Amino acid sequence: MASVTIRDVRKSYGSAEILHGVSVPIEDGEFVILVGPSGCGKSTLLRMVAGLEHITSGEIAIDGRVVNDVPPKERDIAMVFQNYALYPHMTVRQNMGFSLMLQKAPKAEIEERVKKAAGILDLTHLLDRYPRQLSGGQRQRVAMGRAIVRDPQVFLFDEPLSNLDAKLRVAMRAEIKELHQRLETTIVYVTHDQVEAMTMADKIVVMHDGIIEQIGAPLELYDNPANLFVASFIGSPAMNLIDGRIKANGSASFETAGGESLALAKAPAASDGRPVVYGIRPEHLRLDDAGFAAEVVVVEPMGSETHVMARLKGGGEIVAALRERRAFKPGETLRLSPDRDLVHLFDKETRFRL
Amino acid sequence: MNAAAEVALKPAPRRSRGARLLENRNVLSALFLLPSAAILLVFLTYPLGLGVWLGFTDTRIGRPGIFIGLENYEILWHDHVFWLSVFNTILYTVAASVLKFALGLWLALILNEKLPFKAFFRAIVLLPWVVPTVLSAIAFWWIYDAQFSIISYSLIKLGIIDTPINFLGDPTLARASVIAANVWRGIPFVAITLLAGLQTISPSLYEAATLDGAGSWQRFRHVTLPMLTPIIAVVMTFSVLFTFTDFQLIYVLTRGGPVNATHLMATLSFQRAIPGGHLGEGAAIAVAMIPFLLAAILFSYFGMQRRRWQQGGRD
Repeated sequence: MASVTIRDVRKSYGSAEILHGVSVPIEDGEFVILVGPSGCGKSTLLRMVAGLEHITSGEIAIDGRVVNDVPPKERDIAMVFQNYALYPHMTVRQNMGFSLMLQKAPKAEIEERVKKAAGILDLTHLLDRYPRQLSGGQRQRVAMGRAIVRDPQVFLFDEPLSNLDAKLRVAMRAEIKELHQRLETTIVYVTHDQVEAMTMADKIVVMHDGIIEQIGAPLELYDNPANLFVASFIGSPAMNLIDGRIKANGSASFETAGGESLALAKAPAASDGRPVVYGIRPEHLRLDDAGFAAEVVVVEPMGSETHVMARLKGGGEIVAALRERRAFKPGETLRLSPDRDLVHLFDKETRFRL
Repeated sequence: MNAAAEVALKPAPRRSRGARLLENRNVLSALFLLPSAAILLVFLTYPLGLGVWLGFTDTRIGRPGIFIGLENYEILWHDHVFWLSVFNTILYTVAASVLKFALGLWLALILNEKLPFKAFFRAIVLLPWVVPTVLSAIAFWWIYDAQFSIISYSLIKLGIIDTPINFLGDPTLARASVIAANVWRGIPFVAITLLAGLQTISPSLYEAATLDGAGSWQRFRHVTLPMLTPIIAVVMTFSVLFTFTDFQLIYVLTRGGPVNATHLMATLSFQRAIPGGHLGEGAAIAVAMIPFLLAAILFSYFGMQRRRWQQGGRD
């Protein structure tokens, strides 16, 4: 177990810089998830921690030791790849014991450690199979087993669940989280799926275009997104973002471009007429006769709640997650009211939270 | 009522016997197989059969022979030139194949690395394969020439030797020279095919092996080589077959000389049959190659059998 410190790390390919100085502190035993849309540099960052990519500038330290020039095999890390990267010509047993075999560990010890890891992951009955003979979920577990056998200081996961079907993904999510709770080893995990990030992480690092947008615990990001990107990225369905202005003469309110007025709990000081983006999560809208009018466009019943996509009077669309069990019909006009205390305001220029 | 419905309502017309026969799967497939079967029969089975038959006769050019049983083979059994050609062929095949494999694999590994002008180098490597054998053989003939050899010339100019090397005049040198020419010509096939095989190996396997602590030799030994074995089996089978039956290179360079030192079974067969006129004996030599070729094919058949790890599905 070890801490990982990423300090002002940059990465360029030729003249194109794809990581613009990122810093992430990762504590011992922490489950950290790097999340962001594809191309944001999260996988590159992970591969730099692994030692598979050269660090252009900055510093990465594992357990206090700067590893910039330390070859991968001496970093005491294990990685689970997106395509699992299992050796097809080796059985599950050989796959899991490969690193120990290279270290010339005694056969009995290899066997014992492989058995132990296989026991943890419920792979014991598959030890003599080849990867081809396994299902996707089983391969995924073998890939994790290969990492566990080595008992590394840090586990790295590179989008490990993206090749699995939706149901299996949910199951593996729980399995990985349970594994972390059991082993208490530091995990750095990369994904583009914010649901994975929210459900598993102790700490989420939201990345976008080679910079870090925000670092924080899952609910912290959900409750207090630092900027528009995080606001729109975290949460499902995504937060509604409406352009407009603040009206602060008398009671504070927000006026949409279409002229609709929405009350605010309070307005930032001296912000009358300031152009802002008004954010409200779909689950923080409720039916209310005193609310604003919106015309139903699409209805998505989820069972526990119903997602209603509706068009605002002055243009623009809004999604509401409603718990009422009611038949909503396209074309019908609803009256919705936002929870005033859960409104997020962002500066239109800087895109930061106000 | 639309047209489709009208058609559907009409009773099916009674078709002729011939039309119904054409509907039969077996008849139809036999019909489609006929052209290729005919081509195989005329151009493959017939010449092979004729060759085998000629081997049992004393046919000469201009005189139809009679069946003489195994007499040709008995003669060959006591013919030291024939045995020399067998030895030469095996030596030629083994030495050339081993060299082609080693150098081809080495080239493939280099070309698989990140290097500048990769496409250019890959094209260059293919050149010996693209040039017709006879042409390159003539080039080698010049390179090995007793007087005008560029190798001798260079070495003399460098002061390493005093007199030109008699490449094709000395039995040992001649054997080495024809093997070298064959290797030069055969490398591209091995290199490019192995390169194709190398490129199917996922880079993440190497990354995983690196993280597992494997050095470059261990990555080659535990990842590259096992993943490449199926394609190595195929390539080397073909390479062995081509080399064993080689004719053009020898015929242009040495015609089997000096003193039969480079006679292969293929060249000896031709020598005895066409210039020598003994069609029966030539055919017998050619037929004598069959057991060797069969052995090579059987070897590759077992070697190429899908390994257990390549098989899909569950056990």
